[in-house]
Amino acid sequence: MKRTYADLHLCPDLANGEQVLRMVNKASKLEYRLVAITVPPNFAETNVKGLLNVCKEAKMDLATRVDLKPRTPEELLKALRRFRREFEIVAVTCESKDVARQAAKDRRVDLLDFSPFDFRRRFFDLAEAELASNGLACLEIDMKPLLILEGPSRIRLLSSLRRETAIARKFGVPVVMSSGASDERLMRKPQELAALANLFDLGQKAALDAVSGNPMLIMKRNREKLSPRFVAPGIRVVRRGKDC
Amino acid sequence: MLKRAKRRYLALEIGCEEPIDSGELMNAVWNAVMKLYGEYGASQAGLSMIDYDPDKRRLVIRTAHTAVEMVRTALASITRIGNKAVAIHVLAVSGTIKALYKKIKP
Repeated sequence: MKRTYADLHLCPDLANGEQVLRMVNKASKLEYRLVAITVPPNFAETNVKGLLNVCKEAKMDLATRVDLKPRTPEELLKALRRFRREFEIVAVTCESKDVARQAAKDRRVDLLDFSPFDFRRRFFDLAEAELASNGLACLEIDMKPLLILEGPSRIRLLSSLRRETAIARKFGVPVVMSSGASDERLMRKPQELAALANLFDLGQKAALDAVSGNPMLIMKRNREKLSPRFVAPGIRVVRRGKDC
Repeated sequence: MLKRAKRRYLALEIGCEEPIDSGELMNAVWNAVMKLYGEYGASQAGLSMIDYDPDKRRLVIRTAHTAVEMVRTALASITRIGNKAVAIHVLAVSGTIKALYKKIKP
């Protein structure tokens, strides 16, 4: 069966409409069918509609994504209560261990992000993976740092990614690979992202799942939850009216 | 008996607005392979340029069939050639040049 590819992390400059258009068109050319664009939490609904129109013209599916950077677990819970129902993808950049643990066990978090530059702040260890395996959070790997870093920093990043993907595999935590691109030159085809995953021993099938199956599953689950028919997992409104 | 070396041909699309000559391009490919896999890895790749069309920005290279994934990874890691921002995408991979051109024919 033909795979459907998704890039869940595009970060264009939203003030630059031309760049947004270029990046969406490039994603379409690179055979992606769904892109998630990071928007600020206070992004106006009319602007989201503008993004939707841009994607519609390029025959792409758009998902709205918010990146939360809480400093404490309490801040994370507050942000999740406020924004979970407004965005299709919620990613948490874990800047402390407490936040990482809270994000991993919270079923409202879709993606766990860790700093690619500070290796002491990558908290995806065995305990984190165990918590994430009981929740719904996936480990997100952005490819942008792999492309822009060089020398010892890239070597250290590859070593961390190799360890983290091995832990994720052991605990059955899904991995999602995204471009993290802020410029169309940093966007790559899904097969090229999968090839880059060879560098941290992810394996061909797991790498392709990380750019197709896993992100599409998150989107399907979240769209179902955000639909007005959703009541609880497995329960949804089939019909409304007096005769029900 | 020594096994016949199998080869693969890759058609590449060069994403860059400025003109780039073929020498610069092949140097960038070699450097990317060497940076990621070292001289030992690069020696196994058996890279060579077959054709370059600067107007269409298309490059055809040949590599050993065992090194296709390695070359694909190295190509994906190229972001700059000199001071020009570049992205290289693999359009098609094939076992013969004839089949490769058939695949990329518009």
